[in-house]
Amino acid sequence: MQPSLRLNRRAFLQAALTAAAAAGAGVACSRNGSPWRFFTLDEARALAGMVDQIIPPDQDAGAVWAGVVNYIDRQLCGPYQTLQETYRYGLEAVDQTSQSTYGKVFADLESHQQIELLHRLEDGKAPGAAWKQVSSAEFFRYVVDHTMQGFYGDPRHGGNREGVSWKMLNLPYPPIRGRVRSDLPKPRSG
Amino acid sequence: MSLKHVNAVIVGSGAGGGVVAKELAEAGLSVVLLERGKWFTPFDERKDDLRNQRTCVLGNAFGPDERNPRVYVDASGHERIVPPTYGAYSNNAACVGGGTLSYGAMAWRFMEKDFRLRSTYGTVEGSTLDDWPITYEDLEPYYEKAEWEIGVSGDDSNNIFRAPRKRPLPMPPLPPTREHQILKPAAQRLGLHPFDIPMLRNSIPYNGRGACMRCRWCVGFACEVDAKCGTHNTVIPTAIKTGNCDLRCECIVREILTSDRGRATGVAYYDSDGRLQEQSADLVVVSCAAIESARLLLNSKSRLFPNGLGNRYDWVGRNLQGHAYTGAIGLFDRETYDDLGPGASIAVCDFNHGNSGFVSGGLLANEFIRLPYQFASRTTAGIPRWGAAHKNFVRRYYRSSISVMGPMQEMPIFDSRVQVDPKVKDHWGIPVARLSGHRHQNDLLGTNFMSAKAEAWLKEAGAATVIRSGPISLDGPSGGQHQAGTCRMGSDPKTSVVDKFCRVHDVDNLYVVDGSVHPNNGGFNPVLTIMAIAYYASANLVKTRKGMGAT
Repeated sequence: MQPSLRLNRRAFLQAALTAAAAAGAGVACSRNGSPWRFFTLDEARALAGMVDQIIPPDQDAGAVWAGVVNYIDRQLCGPYQTLQETYRYGLEAVDQTSQSTYGKVFADLESHQQIELLHRLEDGKAPGAAWKQVSSAEFFRYVVDHTMQGFYGDPRHGGNREGVSWKMLNLPYPPIRGRVRSDLPKPRSG
Repeated sequence: MSLKHVNAVIVGSGAGGGVVAKELAEAGLSVVLLERGKWFTPFDERKDDLRNQRTCVLGNAFGPDERNPRVYVDASGHERIVPPTYGAYSNNAACVGGGTLSYGAMAWRFMEKDFRLRSTYGTVEGSTLDDWPITYEDLEPYYEKAEWEIGVSGDDSNNIFRAPRKRPLPMPPLPPTREHQILKPAAQRLGLHPFDIPMLRNSIPYNGRGACMRCRWCVGFACEVDAKCGTHNTVIPTAIKTGNCDLRCECIVREILTSDRGRATGVAYYDSDGRLQEQSADLVVVSCAAIESARLLLNSKSRLFPNGLGNRYDWVGRNLQGHAYTGAIGLFDRETYDDLGPGASIAVCDFNHGNSGFVSGGLLANEFIRLPYQFASRTTAGIPRWGAAHKNFVRRYYRSSISVMGPMQEMPIFDSRVQVDPKVKDHWGIPVARLSGHRHQNDLLGTNFMSAKAEAWLKEAGAATVIRSGPISLDGPSGGQHQAGTCRMGSDPKTSVVDKFCRVHDVDNLYVVDGSVHPNNGGFNPVLTIMAIAYYASANLVKTRKGMGAT
């Protein structure tokens, strides 16, 4: 029995399997005249507004400075390719919700208005029509988690610029890849 | 297209299969060891905190890849196809060494009562709980062999609950971390019995490899200085050195082949080029971990075995277990973290048995390394999830907190199971594993109790605030890296799959040697028990074979 006889099943699998799509990383990402791989300029602006509320700048850099939008943009053309639609619909819905509530897009809101709106997304209490394609709570969960990854994760993936979060936590950057022997306490015996 | 006949073909090179390969090869048997993944070396190591076996948001470092989906059925009966990076998949690494390449490496011996749960606690409603057909005494010499051959450091002499051991551990513990120094006196004040966790990790040069360099990249990663001891850098190289063991990587076994007389004759597998090969052998050993071992047996159907091998009484794939993890995080007013790996170093076994109101329990230990994303992405109730409050929390407590966690011994459940899916196939056209079931109420009672004990320990250690893990969900089957139970060891062929020597009841030259055979999985990380059973089963296998006059 040869595997080639099973093409139909394989085709089925490829359609159903989220991660399978990642094999073609980057291919489906169009630019639309935007400097980003996936996002349009408006989408990137809205997302930047969100991530900088999720990890706001204070005495240490915030998510935008750390490159979190770049991180998410990059992963959407890689391992998170299957979330492209979620982001497309989600960011559009964020701006729609913002327009209908405050008469402005999300990026142009006052900080306290942004926070208020994000709480409504989180609680699933954002106005319904805009959120038909994706639930606001689910979309917000994705953005929070991906923001944490982009801010606290390894800079090699496009976020955590200059290891800023690790420096904030007083962790050596670049990370320790080995310790010198004299740096180590001695084993107790043996 | 058949290959040269050998004495034994072993499917899977993890904790179980690696040990069997070495024991059989040293006894002079010709062995083929098939592994579906690759052989990684310390030089392949890429410390990536978003792409490893513990945190796989951007993928697994050591497999399996997306060509290997599973089907997961949730509590409401809804089924979905899940890739290996999803929690519901219950992933275990697919590479030479299996989970032992990237594990945290705790090296626990189960306690005597863990082999006698039914005798100790009686029948548990809703559970298939039973005694093992072997005792701790049967395994004791093989625990010792695993500790010395594969290499364990630590010191459990202060653990008054431990089962008797004849020989101490071969290596001393690593020096205590700051967390250890804070937790130890607190445990003693509470009347507990803290000790240095036995770890499959070199604390001093041992077995030709160097000592741990105390980096924070431990559990979930391969060791870049090769100080962590798995089967990939101990027994498997030894097996190959005998000249009797042929390790073949990236080989996907489709089924176990059987003769008209009901004996195993070998396996059919797709090699790394996708070609179908047949490897014939005198005996077949299945060591793919609980989910894949069950899947392989169930996929090996024939006229004599219409429901799969070993499955005459519908027990293959049943009783899928893992561990319910619980504990607490303590927030301190002072720095508790010294950024020294491997993190986990101190434990108590005061709560493994003898608790009132529920069956068994589990160990409690300080948690492994804390990578910043792991710490920041905690979603325990009581910890802010985003915004300025979250950032302040991470900044304030990353270096001033201690987590105490532990694995609760789960009650085996007949309906928590591995089946093969009737529709979904993997990249090679082989039906995939289908996971379904739920957990037992006892797991909830036990984890609630244990997280309260973790809280008390952290409070005594001076934590200003302690946040306990939330109650576990009983929906869905357990599993994960500690997966076990699906090919239960027992004396009665009607209520088990293999006999006390890991031989499948109705196929006398077919063995299952991995966590699948555990009737219950201890309140402990199970790897040393898997290794000990592999030594034990191998010893019997070699003896039986000699008795038959074969060579």
